[in-house]
Amino acid sequence: METMKIQDITPNDLPWKIRYDASRCTLCGSCVAACSFRAIVPKVERRRLVFSEGDLPEPKARFSAVPVIRQAHSIKNYCRGCGICEKVCPNDAIGPLRNVDNRHPIVTRCLGGDSIKRGGRKNLEGTVRTLDRLRVGRISQMTDPSLDAQRHTFDLLAPFGRIMPANKLPFAVNETGQLAASGQTPPVRWIYPVIIGDMSIGALSWRMWEAVAMAVAYLNEECGLPVRMSSGEGGVPERLLKSRYLKYMILQIASGHFGWNRIAKTMPHMIEDPAGILIKIGQGAKPGDGGLLMAQKVAEHIQAIRGVPKADLLSPPNHQGLYSIEESVQKMFLSFNAAFKFRVPVAIKVAASSTSVSVFNNLVRDPYNIVGGFFLDGIDGGTGAAHEVSLDHTGHPIVSKLRDCYLAAVAQGRQGQIPLWAAGGLGKTGDLAADAFKMICLGANGVFTGKLILQMAGCVGNEMGRCNACNTGLCPVGITTQEPALAHRLDVERAAQNIVNYFLAMDQELKKLMAPIGNSSLPVGRADALISTDRAVAERLQIQYVC
Amino acid sequence: MCRIGAIKSRNYVHPSQALLLMQSQQKGHDNSGFAMVMHDLGGIFEGYKHLPTLSLACTDEGLKIAEDILHAAGFQRVLQWVPETNDQPGLDIITMPNYVFETFDYPKHYKKAEKREKEELLLDMRLKIRLALEKDETGFVYSFWPDVLTLKEIGDPRDIGTYFNLWDVDKRFMAKVITAQCRQNTNYDIVRYAAHPFFLQGYTALANGENTFYLKNVEFQQKLHRGYIGFESDSQCFLYTLHYAHRELGWPLSYFKHVITPLPFEDIEQRDDKDSLLSIRQSLAHLEINGPNTIIGVLPDNTLFTCCDAKKLRPIVVGRSDDMVVFSSEVCGINEIMPDRDWETDIYPHEREIVAIDENLEVHRWRQ
Ligand code: SF4
Ligand code: SF4
Repeated sequence: METMKIQDITPNDLPWKIRYDASRCTLCGSCVAACSFRAIVPKVERRRLVFSEGDLPEPKARFSAVPVIRQAHSIKNYCRGCGICEKVCPNDAIGPLRNVDNRHPIVTRCLGGDSIKRGGRKNLEGTVRTLDRLRVGRISQMTDPSLDAQRHTFDLLAPFGRIMPANKLPFAVNETGQLAASGQTPPVRWIYPVIIGDMSIGALSWRMWEAVAMAVAYLNEECGLPVRMSSGEGGVPERLLKSRYLKYMILQIASGHFGWNRIAKTMPHMIEDPAGILIKIGQGAKPGDGGLLMAQKVAEHIQAIRGVPKADLLSPPNHQGLYSIEESVQKMFLSFNAAFKFRVPVAIKVAASSTSVSVFNNLVRDPYNIVGGFFLDGIDGGTGAAHEVSLDHTGHPIVSKLRDCYLAAVAQGRQGQIPLWAAGGLGKTGDLAADAFKMICLGANGVFTGKLILQMAGCVGNEMGRCNACNTGLCPVGITTQEPALAHRLDVERAAQNIVNYFLAMDQELKKLMAPIGNSSLPVGRADALISTDRAVAERLQIQYVC
Repeated sequence: MCRIGAIKSRNYVHPSQALLLMQSQQKGHDNSGFAMVMHDLGGIFEGYKHLPTLSLACTDEGLKIAEDILHAAGFQRVLQWVPETNDQPGLDIITMPNYVFETFDYPKHYKKAEKREKEELLLDMRLKIRLALEKDETGFVYSFWPDVLTLKEIGDPRDIGTYFNLWDVDKRFMAKVITAQCRQNTNYDIVRYAAHPFFLQGYTALANGENTFYLKNVEFQQKLHRGYIGFESDSQCFLYTLHYAHRELGWPLSYFKHVITPLPFEDIEQRDDKDSLLSIRQSLAHLEINGPNTIIGVLPDNTLFTCCDAKKLRPIVVGRSDDMVVFSSEVCGINEIMPDRDWETDIYPHEREIVAIDENLEVHRWRQ
């Protein structure tokens, strides 16, 4: 007998175990071919068969080499539980099973001497979300009738851009008794209250990015929903920059400034202004950490757009040289505003944190009237790549932080001057309309979401450790990969269609929530419409406690 | 539902007209109170139009507190009128011991002050008195303003009329503009201050309906102006928005409607003045109202106007004769006091207009 190497990895150390039924397997090879992680491999097993041919038992043994599918036991090619093998197997012969006894967090670090990296959302599943403890409780009855979601018209739009207090509006009453503007005000765009969050063209496959862009164009031009998407850090294809679709894009700049060279160079050729600029300071999924794009995903077109070689691309956690908020705000906002001749609103995105309110207060008092939005991203936000320790253990829930910022604005009588946009796990249960509506009642002007968009397109990852391999460049459904073979798994039209359909459904649902509270425009700050059965939540958010 | 009404007349009118106007709509209110504000006063106040009159319901102690505050500030009393009350048994009314209407002359060092400066002083005095009386509920101060008088009481409007002898026409107590409300008390507590009409620095507003954006309105208004306090009713917000848009921002009255019920974005896009309309909608998003409402308002120049919510969920009718214009929640009210008018000329304002009556009783209809 061989010496046992008990420290070797076996499937039992890994998060998923492959269930394989050789008797059903026809050895078609589909699963092995489909597993982008090479977590299953064909193997040959030596089988011993004892048989007897005569009338009397006369056992003989026959040995044969049988081809089978086996799970790889390596921490590099471990099974992610994505279930693609199961999907492609014609005979239901194979599939992943969650392994509750896994030692993955320990063995991976021990063997690799490196921290675990992955994409997705926080995987430490907490208790019920705060948003699920809230209900829309103030339903209009007879004195203030509910509206009819089908018949009445609703103004489902949210501002993006700095809003001047009324007494600072450059108004003069003219001879005809009308108010006429006698000066300039900062640019404000009224857009759909759900923005497609910032996911870069490097993080997403070019086909996925195209699907999102296509869905956005369709929503705007065919469905009349002015939905905007943020480009994410990393630039935008030149053709899009020069196209009329640029007006639907919020261009993002993060600390790596990836892609901005090309954007700046293309400016003279732009026929439309972008919808806005979003300066990313932090991200909720991994607050205090920069962007991470592994070399595997830096394909040729990414190199071209970003002007970089094929190497791991790391955005620093901060904007180098811009450490203080005053300095950053002045330099960045002034330069971006000037670049687009003060026609394009500029907003800032930070990770929700104990300090967010201070940052917000600083911005609210910005004397340049230039900060056109405060994007606040909470702990449940997703990411393409991060160290697992950051994902799971850093960050701040979005709900109370958003509320704090709103109430800070209320305390100064400045609500609405810097529109609040919130994200971080919204739509995690699949019901984005409900989450968005509750956030709006708590004071958000609108919300943004990324991970859910991927799920609309077919992402199979979840918060219980399924897949989350966005960092590997091996996304089994072609969403976060630059491998042509994998990217082609994504049906672009279908993905775009799913996104469009989801937005149409959500639009209807938002109306179905606005109508019963009798509101035809977004109930920003209408916390009186919400109730909670949890006293602590009610107190913290300053809403009605019910039991 | 509360019922509201207003009268604007070329000649002085006695409050009994307002009572009649409201009383005929009795099925629409629950008899839990009656309140009115009179502008452009006649009778014994006619000669004192330029001097502020204090409207107060209070205890003896409250009266002393209020007068002490005013005297300390240098105000001198020039006229006091305590209406004779008819305290017969069985009246459904929760009274205060004293109802006082006192006219004061400005402190000496204010005699030459600018109008605006005096107006700020009057507001400060009223706020100060209100705060002082709030402690032990020793009184309620409704207005302190030239040529304006306010009466509010809890109880059956008919009995309130009897108690104040308002059914008997008395030439001493007249006005050219009277706004009135008979309340439907949907709150559990009947708060005196919660009764419309509300008054602030020459502006009066009253409404029937619900303001579903009350919380948004309040949270925003609290920081806008020191006079925006109380918020005992969700309709008080309309007064403050009116005051803010018209007085503080100096915008024409027609823009009040753009603030409270902004046009939908797609309609704004079609307008020549879209830039200013969009700016207003953006900057004052928190003063928007939602929910069914009809508002009646009076401006410091005694212009009377009305407008409703964007879906016209609460009605209002405007009836006219040569020397009188009457607003009423229900047409039966107008029929009661103007039976001979040409009812075919009655105006039923629509959801996107303001109907305003100027000093010459000319009717202006502004499309939003
Ligand atoms: S579940 Fe996914 S990762 Fe695991 S073996 Fe199947 S295809 Fe490969
Ligand atoms: S399916 Fe793709 S996008 Fe979804 S978690 Fe897996 S790797 Fe990430």
